[in-house]
Amino acid sequence: MENSLQALGFAGVKGVRVGKYLELFLEAETREEAAARLKDMAERLLSNPVIEDYNYSLQEVKL
Amino acid sequence: MADADNLRPEKAPKIWRKLGLKDFEYEMIVEQLGREPNPVELNMYSVMWSEHCSYKHSRSSLKLFPTGGPRVVQGPGENAGVVDIGDGYGAVFKIESHNHPSAIEPYQGAATGVGGILRDIYTMGAQPIAFLNSLRFGPPNNARSRYLIEGVVAGIGGYGNCVGIPTVGGEVYFEPCYRGNPLVNAMCVGVMPLKRLVLGQACGEGNLVVLAGARTGRDGIHGVTFASEELSDQSEEDRPAVQVGDPFLGKILIDATLEAVEKQLVVGVQDLGGAGLTCALTETASRAGTGLEIDLKMVPLREEGLEPFEILTSESQERMLFIVEPEKLEDLEKIFQHWQLPLSVLGQVSAGKMVTVRHHGEVVAEVPAESVAGGAPAYEPESREPEYIGKLSAFDLSALKPAGDPGQYLLSLLSSPDIASKEWAWQQYDYMVRTSTLEGPGGDAAVLRLRETGKALAVTVDGNSRYTYLDPYLGGMLAVAEATRNLSCCGAEPVGITDCLNFGNPEKPEMFWQFRQAVEGMAEACRVLEAPVVGGNVSFYNEVEDEAIYPTPVVGAVGLLENAKNYCKTGFVRNGDLIYLLGPCEVSFGGSQFLKELYGKVAGRPAGIDLEMEKAVQALLRRLIADGLIVSAHDLAEGGLAVALAESCLAGGRGAAVTLASGLDSVLELFGEGPTRVLISLPPEASDRVLDLARKKRVRMSELGRVDGGDSLTVKCGNALAFKLGLDELKKAYEEVFSWIRT
Amino acid sequence: MNCGVIVFPGSNCDLDAYHLVRDVLKEEVTYIDYEERSLQGFDVIILPGGFTYGDYLRSGAIAARTPVMEAVNRFACSGGLVLGICNGFQVLTEAGLLPGALCRNDSLQFRCRQVYVRIENNSLPFTNKASTDQVLMMPVAHGDGSYYAPPEVLQDLEANGQVIFRYVDQRGEAVKAANPNGSCENIAGVSNRAGNVVGLMPHPERAGEAVLGSTDGLVIFESLRGYCKGREVLKSG
Repeated sequence: MENSLQALGFAGVKGVRVGKYLELFLEAETREEAAARLKDMAERLLSNPVIEDYNYSLQEVKL
Repeated sequence: MADADNLRPEKAPKIWRKLGLKDFEYEMIVEQLGREPNPVELNMYSVMWSEHCSYKHSRSSLKLFPTGGPRVVQGPGENAGVVDIGDGYGAVFKIESHNHPSAIEPYQGAATGVGGILRDIYTMGAQPIAFLNSLRFGPPNNARSRYLIEGVVAGIGGYGNCVGIPTVGGEVYFEPCYRGNPLVNAMCVGVMPLKRLVLGQACGEGNLVVLAGARTGRDGIHGVTFASEELSDQSEEDRPAVQVGDPFLGKILIDATLEAVEKQLVVGVQDLGGAGLTCALTETASRAGTGLEIDLKMVPLREEGLEPFEILTSESQERMLFIVEPEKLEDLEKIFQHWQLPLSVLGQVSAGKMVTVRHHGEVVAEVPAESVAGGAPAYEPESREPEYIGKLSAFDLSALKPAGDPGQYLLSLLSSPDIASKEWAWQQYDYMVRTSTLEGPGGDAAVLRLRETGKALAVTVDGNSRYTYLDPYLGGMLAVAEATRNLSCCGAEPVGITDCLNFGNPEKPEMFWQFRQAVEGMAEACRVLEAPVVGGNVSFYNEVEDEAIYPTPVVGAVGLLENAKNYCKTGFVRNGDLIYLLGPCEVSFGGSQFLKELYGKVAGRPAGIDLEMEKAVQALLRRLIADGLIVSAHDLAEGGLAVALAESCLAGGRGAAVTLASGLDSVLELFGEGPTRVLISLPPEASDRVLDLARKKRVRMSELGRVDGGDSLTVKCGNALAFKLGLDELKKAYEEVFSWIRT
Repeated sequence: MNCGVIVFPGSNCDLDAYHLVRDVLKEEVTYIDYEERSLQGFDVIILPGGFTYGDYLRSGAIAARTPVMEAVNRFACSGGLVLGICNGFQVLTEAGLLPGALCRNDSLQFRCRQVYVRIENNSLPFTNKASTDQVLMMPVAHGDGSYYAPPEVLQDLEANGQVIFRYVDQRGEAVKAANPNGSCENIAGVSNRAGNVVGLMPHPERAGEAVLGSTDGLVIFESLRGYCKGREVLKSG
């Protein structure tokens, strides 16, 4: 990826790391409940704790 | 072009020009429709009358190809050609280009090229069994070329590996003319019981029109229009016209479709590729001579707010159209539910020949299927021999007099990107999945066993654009001859070919001349070699800033081996075997790798071909292999005899000692190129029998030497040593040039 | 020996495993749908290679959460033999039936080629017909094959004899150049603690016929067959 960026003329790029970004809508009564469920999902499916770390942010939306 | 806003018809007068149609073509549409088309209809016409879909500049030339024969079940005109391979089975195959998308977005461009050709094969009801590809790039000495090379190879692997169809062969060449316009031609081969064959026809009034697979989004809108123009600086802006592939969806769509075909739940199948739903609807109706009535509100969408013209021209990948008898719908739905694939009834087959498209009940388009799908004009473009032809063929090859060390010549040829090992590419392809690959990439042709019949298929893709550039007619013949010869080198009988014709802008007389000449040459070779063309693809407008690629016809060929156990490899097999050259001794430096590598020139007249001799040599080869008389066979191609010797040594891991006794100029004899020549090896006790058979067929056979089992290749000219090179030196030269791609 | 080959959406080496068991070994074999909930009557369950669910989230992650995997879990807990090949190995680690994880190859590219692996433990039902340190030639074909486990887990694996296959050169040396993906300690395959669940990245089912270039993979299936036969004799005796 670093090579590709250089091929496209972007100089000075070093140490490219690739991660995943997931976005999901979650219905929950409270912010705390949402956070708890999200953590659970992250640990049980969305990330693999053997090789991955995760962090998250919550944003309130009205659907 | 692809910016949807600009395509909104109300935005501009003479909108058809923006959509790539000429004023004259617009008038034809009005005449065929009997009125002015509305904006949605105009979009439908414009995609279907694009060069990519309508073949308007090539159609009359393509009629020159022989397309019939005792084995041909389905010739051109359907999604893919079908050839009878005995025991009730057919081979289904086709090659197609995805050049322009790959120039802009190499990974997705190549991946969707593979996905597209795959759908063409299983649409016919066939189980896909192999992919091949033919690639052309600019020289790999700059970052941009490397970016394209890496992206395209990864994209081919990314799609093919995931769907679980092995990528078993191909070719990669490098010339400056492909720098801005790389070529990505993908071929797929399938096998099926012939009684299961389904066609892309909307038969039977009252039958349902069903759309299955991926949801429709905005990707690839007017992709075919994009493919029918020259590339330019602005092309990068066309990235939305490049589709995005989903190989996982592609894989389960194969499984579901083949299950539906096997259970006879569908009467017609058509994949959605170029020109999307518009193409699928109008082609299936036009082939069957029926009409269709559909409502776009039934099309599952990926995002809200798509307008009718967008839904109709979107090239979202992984979608299939089925024609289904109403009572079978439920069973079809069950299959697709199991794979969690969306399936939706769009409408039905109707009497009459109109395709009527509604959107939430309101008619948005009503067009005659045949006019949209087949009403485009067929041009007879102006044709003129380009000036460069005369100049380059007058190049005085006899003035070259190369006097360097032949051993060094060989090492520099082996390390040229065109000849060097392509393992860097094919180690990124799963070429073994389905456990039927008897011979994978790297040989003259790949060999795949057919579990069902005990037979095997040999498959290859070939084309030499330098020859075609210097002499398009001869180049066309040579491409067909080489592809079929590669099959014969494995012992397989050619049963049919598919071609991908990559050329410049056909509206320029010089470009059209190249095209026409090449087609005429190919057609002649197909006739003599009895290799019918059962399908293919034309890619014009391969130009950047007025500079065209070399004319590049690529031939995909399929051959049948009656016995899967009886095929020949390229490498030397046994110490003590005798090495012979089969075929004529006429060679030339014209268009050769030698001239390119050592003199930096593409010029001169390539050696001509005697097609009757070609036929005789190929027949003899197949006979020798079937009778078990020879144990290796390798076609002489770029780099001539010396490179073929080195390759056979490396492939077999055995050295050889060879003496040239013809008295010709030894450098020319070693590195000159000429068609119809094959390097064979055989046990000494078979030589009398082989020589006798060759004599009867009037095929020249020259003894060269012996597989000596040492660790070097020794070549003498008469009594003088030309070179002696260790296999490790040869291997290093053959493999190191692409080491950058491994890290 | 009665084998079941699980077919997840996106499995693509199911055919190859099925073919090997039926046509080469001439044993019983059945495809098992990913929605199946019972594995009664099977001696060996094979999780084949492929790209289940496209491997879009992580290789094997979604397949590891399909209904059939609950059945595989119960099958394994009751001592049933489970073999995960390539993507099947990834599914088993994602399902927690095997330790560690499979990461992207260090080349960042897919690799398809013949490799050599050495059998590190020939006391399992999967390997007991092999000799000590026997070297097998088998193909790999994967993009995410680099085995990783935390140092303390690796230590345990080595100590317990759970490292079953290691990439080596032709002479049996575990050198770096022999490793196609940069895995920890050249590991190519591991087992669970009980030794009845094994996963490996190379494809033994592609190395079962001479015409395909190698028959070295057969020893794994022969071992399984021998073990199952022995068990039957025990049962009936």
